[in-house]
Amino acid sequence: MLIGVPRESSPGETRVAATPTTVRSLIGLGHEVVVESGAGAAASHPDEAYAEAGARIGTAAQAWGAGLVLHVGKPARAELDLLREDAVLVSLLAPAFDPNMIRELTGRPVTALAMDAVPRISRAQSLDVLSSMANIAGYRAVIEAAHAFGRFFTGQVTAAGKVPPAKVLVAGAGVAGLAAIGAATSLGAIVRATDVRPEVADQIESMGGQYVGVPADEPQPGGGTGYASVTSDDYNERAAVMYAEQARDVDIVITTALIPGRPAPRLLTAEMVASMTPGSVIVDMAAAQGGNVEGSVADQVVTTPNGVTIIGYTDLPGRLPAQASQLYGTNLVNLVKLLTPAKDGELVLDMDDVVIRAMTVVRNGQVLWPPPPVAVSAAPAVAAPPPPLVKVEKQPMTTGRRSALVGLAAALLFVATAFAPNQLVGNLTVFALSVVIGYYVIGHVHHALHTPLMSVTNAISGIIVVGAILQLGHISGVVTVLAFIAVLLASINVFGGFAVTRRMLGMFTRGPARAAVTTTAGAHR
Amino acid sequence: MSLESAAAAAYLVAGLLFVLSLAGLSKHETAKAGNGYGMAGMALALVATVALAADDLEAAAIVAILVAMAAGAAIGLWRARQVEMTGMPELIALLHSFVGLAAVLVGWNGYLSVEGAPEGEAEVLGLATEIHSAEVAIGVFIGAVTFTGSIVAFLKLSARIRSNPLVLPGKNWLNLGALAAFAVLTVVFVISPNLPVLAVLTALALALGWHLVASIGGGDMPVVVSMLNSYSGWAAAASGFLLDNDLLIITGALVGSSGAYLSYIMCQAMNRSFISVIAGGFGNEGAAASGGGEEGEHTEITAAEVAELLQDAESVVITPGYGMAVAHAQGPVADLTRRLTDAGVDVRFGIHPVAGRLPGHMNVLLAEARVPYDVVLEMDEINDDLARTSVVLVIGANDTVNPSAAEDPSSPIAGMPVLRVWEAENVIVFKRSMNTGYAGVQNPLFFRENTRMLFGDARERVEDILKAL
Repeated sequence: MLIGVPRESSPGETRVAATPTTVRSLIGLGHEVVVESGAGAAASHPDEAYAEAGARIGTAAQAWGAGLVLHVGKPARAELDLLREDAVLVSLLAPAFDPNMIRELTGRPVTALAMDAVPRISRAQSLDVLSSMANIAGYRAVIEAAHAFGRFFTGQVTAAGKVPPAKVLVAGAGVAGLAAIGAATSLGAIVRATDVRPEVADQIESMGGQYVGVPADEPQPGGGTGYASVTSDDYNERAAVMYAEQARDVDIVITTALIPGRPAPRLLTAEMVASMTPGSVIVDMAAAQGGNVEGSVADQVVTTPNGVTIIGYTDLPGRLPAQASQLYGTNLVNLVKLLTPAKDGELVLDMDDVVIRAMTVVRNGQVLWPPPPVAVSAAPAVAAPPPPLVKVEKQPMTTGRRSALVGLAAALLFVATAFAPNQLVGNLTVFALSVVIGYYVIGHVHHALHTPLMSVTNAISGIIVVGAILQLGHISGVVTVLAFIAVLLASINVFGGFAVTRRMLGMFTRGPARAAVTTTAGAHR
Repeated sequence: MSLESAAAAAYLVAGLLFVLSLAGLSKHETAKAGNGYGMAGMALALVATVALAADDLEAAAIVAILVAMAAGAAIGLWRARQVEMTGMPELIALLHSFVGLAAVLVGWNGYLSVEGAPEGEAEVLGLATEIHSAEVAIGVFIGAVTFTGSIVAFLKLSARIRSNPLVLPGKNWLNLGALAAFAVLTVVFVISPNLPVLAVLTALALALGWHLVASIGGGDMPVVVSMLNSYSGWAAAASGFLLDNDLLIITGALVGSSGAYLSYIMCQAMNRSFISVIAGGFGNEGAAASGGGEEGEHTEITAAEVAELLQDAESVVITPGYGMAVAHAQGPVADLTRRLTDAGVDVRFGIHPVAGRLPGHMNVLLAEARVPYDVVLEMDEINDDLARTSVVLVIGANDTVNPSAAEDPSSPIAGMPVLRVWEAENVIVFKRSMNTGYAGVQNPLFFRENTRMLFGDARERVEDILKAL
C-alpha cells in the first residue's frame, strides 16, 4: 500500500504526520511512502532526510492520491477532493465536535479514521494521540508560564539574597496535568495539584506534586470513559472555596480541566484572578473549549488590570513541532501496525476490532459515527468483579495444633526409643541430633551458594563408600562384587562432588569497584 | 588405643568437619574453606575406614578397594572438569543416583551377609535380626527410590526425555499404593527374610522412584533435585543404621535435612506445599479461571532501541531465568554488564529462588561468566528497588515475573512471591515467542504499557545489543 504524507496546509500547523524514523518503520511494515516536498520543514525534517529513510518526495497531488493518507490537522475541502477512490484517510477529525467535517466526508468513496477518537483502553494506548499530545502540551504550558513569569521557579540562596521557590497549582491531573506537574517539579517549583477524581492522588504524588483535594461527601462520577465528567453543584461550591484559597497563594496556575463533549468547566472566576499577586501567570489549556478561567481568550495572551498574565494558547503541542511530530508519527506507526497485521503492506480494516471501529468516522462514504460505546476504565470493571474463585487459604498452623504435633512426634520417638535395643538407641540419638544440626547449619547458607551446597552435600553423601568398603572382601563373591561397584559409584560422588564444588567456588568473584556503587544503592534505600 | 577406637575418633572428627563444611558455605568468603573442611573430613574418614578394613582383609581385597576408589575418582574428576555450568543440574541429579544405587547395593549386601548368608558364615549382629531386616528393607527402599528418581530427573534435565509431567490415571493413588505395599513387604521380610521378597521390594521402590519424578514437570525441578538430595542423605543414614556406623548416620542426616530445607525454601518461593509439588504440576487448581488468559497487544522493540535505552539508563536490573541457561546467554549478558558498569550504569541482578532448574543455578551461571557475586541479589533484596530502576531486562524468565501472582487472586500462581519488575520504568522481555511459561499461565506483564518485547534467541539478541552499544 502506498502511504502519502502531505504537507499540512492549515495556518500555524507545524507538525507533520511522519518523521524519517517513522517512515522507516512504515516501510518495514511492507508499505511504500510518498512525502510531499516540504512536509517536515516546520518540524526540522528536510526532504533529504525522508529520501534517505526510503520515502519518495512528491507533490501534494501524489501525497493526497495515495491509498493511505496520514495527516495531522483537519483537511480542507480542496485536499479531500484529491483523495482517490477507496483511499483511507487518517487524521485528527474531531468528529464529536465538528459535524461539518463528517458532512464533508459523507458520500465520498473514502474511509476516514479519526486519531482523536481512539478509545481509552490499555490496548489502544500506543495509538492514543490525545495522550501523547496532552503530554507535550502539559510540558509546554509550564515552559510558557516560566517564560512569562518574572522570577525563578526554583528557590535559591545566593549572595544577593534568598529567592523563594515559585508555587504552582495544576488543576486536573490527566495526562497533560501530570506532565505539567513533572515539568514544574523538575524546574524546582512547589507544585500542588487537584482533580475531581481523588484516586489520582497517588499519581500526582508520584510526579512530585502535592494533592489538594476538595472535601466531598459523595464520590464524583467517573462516567466510565476514562475522562472526568460533570460534577454536582454542592461539589462545585466547595471546589470554588478551595480554588479561591489557592489563587491567593500561588504564583502560577495551569488549568487542564476538560469534559468530553461539553464546554470546559469554569474553575477560576474573575475575582479569583483579581486576587492573585501581580506578575502571576495562568495558562488555560482549555481555552479552545471556552476556558477554565474567566477572561481567558483562545490563542491569545491577556494581561489583567492587576498584572496577571492569562495565556490561552491552543496550539501548545505544535509549539514543540519536532517532539509532537515524533510522537504523533509513532502513534500512527502503531495504528498502521494494527491495520497491517501480516506486515506485508496489505491494509485490513477489521470492524470487529473495537479500536478500529471506534476510530472509523466514515467508511466508503457511509457515516459510522458515533461508534458504539466502548467500556473502558478500570473502575466499572472492578465494581462488578467476577465471583472470586474460592480457594482454600492456607491457614498458618495454630500454636495449639503445632504443639500437639510436636507432642505427638515426641511421644512416638519416646515409644520407639524406649523399646529399641541399646545399639539402636545410640544410633537414633546421633541421627536426631544430626538432623537438628543440619537444619540450623543449612538455614544460614547464602542463597547464591545453593548449588555449591548441593554439590558438597552430594560429595559428602558419598560417605556411603565407608559402608561399602567395610562390606568388601567379606563372605561370598557376590557381596564383594556388589560392594566393589558400590565403592566405585560412591567414589565418583566423593571426588566428582568436591572437585566440581571447588571449580564452582573458584568462579565466584567479588567486583573490584563495587564498594562505591553499593554505598549509593544503600543510600537511596 | 585400639584400631576400632581410633577409627571411631576419626569418624567423630570427620563428622564435625562435615558440619564445619556446611557452615562454611553460608558465606562467599568462607565457602572455599568450607569445601576444604569437607575434603579433609572425607579424607580422614576414608583413611580410617581403609585402615580398619585392611586389618582383617587379604591383600587382594585391599587392592580391589583401592582400584574401585581410583576408578571412581578418575571418573568423578573427569566429569567435574568437563561439565558445563549449564549442565550442573544434570550432573547433580546423576550423582544423586549413584548414592541411591550404592545404598541399594549396601542394603543387598547387608541381607546377603547376614540373613541370606550360608549357615555359619553369617556375621554376628549386635542386635536382633528383625531390626536388621527392617533396616535392610528401609535402606534398600530409600536408595532405590533415589536411584530411579534421580535417573529420571537426569534424563529430563538433559532433555533426553520430555520434561512434561507424566499423568497416569490416579497417580496419587499409585504412589500411596506403592507406599502401602512397601509397608506390607517390609513386615513380610522382617518375619521371613528371603531373596524374592527383597527383590520385589526393590523393584517396587524402583518403579515408585521413576513414577514419582516422571509425573513432575520441568519447572518444578528445583524442588525435585533438592528433594532427591534429601533422599540420598536419608539413604546414607539408613545404611548407617544398617552397618551401625555413626559417621554414615551423621552425614546422612546432615545431607538429608539440608535437602529437605532446600526443598522447603523452593516450595515457599512458589507458594506451594511440598505435597502439591510431589502430587504433580500446575493446572490441577484454578486452571479454568485463567482460561484463555488475559490477552492484549504487546509492543515490540529492536536490539538497537534497547541499546539506546540502556545507555541512557541510570540503573539496570537483569532478572534471568531458565531461558538464559537454555540459550547459553550468560557470557554475553556478563559482557553487557561489564560494558554498562564501565559506562557508569548501576547494573544488578535479581534472582528468583526457583529461577532455573537447580537451587542457586543462576548464581553459578553468572559466576561462571565472571559476574561479581555482590551485584547478584536475591528477590527480597532487590524487590523494593525495582520501582526506582530505569530498565529491567527479563531474560528467559516468565512465571517468576508474572504480575498476576500478586494481583489476580484467581490465578493458579496467585500468592507466589515474584519479582515486581513491572514497577520499573521500562521492562524489556527477551522471549522466543508469546508462549506461556511453565505454569501455563498467561503473563499480563507482556501487555503492560512499560513493557517491550524483544523476540528471538536470548544469546543472539544480547549480542545484537552489544554490537549496537
